[in-house]
Amino acid sequence: MFRTVIELQHIYKTYRQEGRIVEALRDVSLQVAPGEIFGVLGQSGAGKSTLIRCVNLLERPDSGRVLVDGQDLLSLSPAALRRERQKMGMIFQHFNLFQSRTVAGNIAYPLEVAGWPSHKIKARVAELLDLVGLSDKASAYPAQLSGGQKQRVGIARALAPGPKILLSDEATSALDPDTTRSVLDLLKEINRQFNLTILLITHQMEVVKAICDSVAILEEGRVVEKGKVVDLIARPGSRLHELFYEPFQATAWTPTPGATLIAVSFVGEAAGKPIITSMARRFDINANVIEGAVERVGSTRVGRLMLELSGPSQAVESAMNYLREQGLTPEVLHRD
Amino acid sequence: MTDVAKALWIATQETLYMTVVSSLFVLLGGLPLGILLVVTDRGGIWEKPLLNQLLGSVVNVLRSIPFIILMVAIVPLTRLIVGTTIGTTAAIVPLVVAAVPFMGRVVEQSLREVDPGLVEAAISMGSSNWQIISKVLIPEALPSLIRGTALMMINLLGLSAMAGAIGGGGLGDLAVKYGYYRYRTDVMLGSLVILLVLVQLIQWAGDKLAATFTHNK
Repeated sequence: MFRTVIELQHIYKTYRQEGRIVEALRDVSLQVAPGEIFGVLGQSGAGKSTLIRCVNLLERPDSGRVLVDGQDLLSLSPAALRRERQKMGMIFQHFNLFQSRTVAGNIAYPLEVAGWPSHKIKARVAELLDLVGLSDKASAYPAQLSGGQKQRVGIARALAPGPKILLSDEATSALDPDTTRSVLDLLKEINRQFNLTILLITHQMEVVKAICDSVAILEEGRVVEKGKVVDLIARPGSRLHELFYEPFQATAWTPTPGATLIAVSFVGEAAGKPIITSMARRFDINANVIEGAVERVGSTRVGRLMLELSGPSQAVESAMNYLREQGLTPEVLHRD
Repeated sequence: MTDVAKALWIATQETLYMTVVSSLFVLLGGLPLGILLVVTDRGGIWEKPLLNQLLGSVVNVLRSIPFIILMVAIVPLTRLIVGTTIGTTAAIVPLVVAAVPFMGRVVEQSLREVDPGLVEAAISMGSSNWQIISKVLIPEALPSLIRGTALMMINLLGLSAMAGAIGGGGLGDLAVKYGYYRYRTDVMLGSLVILLVLVQLIQWAGDKLAATFTHNK
């Protein structure tokens, strides 16, 4: 059976805002597998924040079940819930560091809460400062740090008690692109190093592309699509595909008379094989690349090309079938 | 020492005694009151709307009574606690009763300025309510709490002058008895100058202390 670390089942959450009733989450179900980075992508107001806050019960759902490691959080006593929360780290868009505590003091906080003895706290804090590369900032106050450094402290603080799960609430939204990149790299690194399961919410496609294994797209409180990131990107017609690629402007291209304009998406191994070349050779047609790109998503290459195929219509048809046999999904954009 | 200087010195000591001792009791009462006003409010970490409304109403009622009336109204309470209604020690009771609700509001305001995101972070790390209060709310609000305490002490200094005038002693009593009724302008001016210096001193010390605990700039 497919094991899950976090499972949300049929979560509903409504709240009142200025007299209006807002349906923040409508029948949301998710399964997050151990060791994966799961992204929830959505616009602001889609319910992402509410969703991630339902996982550690910062907000309690109106109905549905929240299972973490098989444990039903909604059934726990306040004290048991606090112990479960100590096993889940959380990082925030605005870092939420304690201004009255030094960097070391911030990282020590969750350990103090969990009742660690002070000599152990000291050693653990030093270890984490080293992990996030801020050993020289131990006695600085958060106000003296840059945004990227603050988020590193946030990550160190979240990791201090050795959680199995990290919840990330728009952790890079307040950072510039370079800093975002380095914070994402750090998240990816700790995900690998500690086999830490990460559930993150974001409105940035970049984040999903850079580090997520799986994704769910949230629109107006509903999950409209979920699956493996590379699979969804490679599937024409999926929301993620449409968000990932700018639509080809078939009309901006003046086609060669008699030619067929197609779009081909591919993923993984297919990106490495000379499929287009062998197709052209085998069916004796011309395949002209008009537009396209191959990019890396995580460790997998995905890409999409706009091709103009010209040759006898029978041969073009066979060539398209050949592409399908190779696991690609050619779409005809224009046929003369 | 001249008689005037001696009288001023004794009155200063009485004023300081009333202010400092009552301040301690006011802190003891005002801090928990302010904390309760925050945590029991809607959306607070220990939501108790009824208790919150009750506390809020008591605070408002006490704060709306003019001090001079309050002092007379609680004479039986003063006698019960101190055994007498005359003297500097007796003056402390009405001072505390008058200033605790004020301090409660000052503390409430300071704690409300703490970024709710910090409380959320603390909850997400599995903190208990007591840990949130003692490790997050109070340390984060400390500079503001210190400034609020200075404000409260300066208020008490002023109220103690009034309390003293009703048989309590202190600088206010001296200024009224000698400076006003006996036209001793030197006593009047001396009292005022000392009060002014005390106010400046408290404010300066409060600002200084608050600055050493401020780390967000």
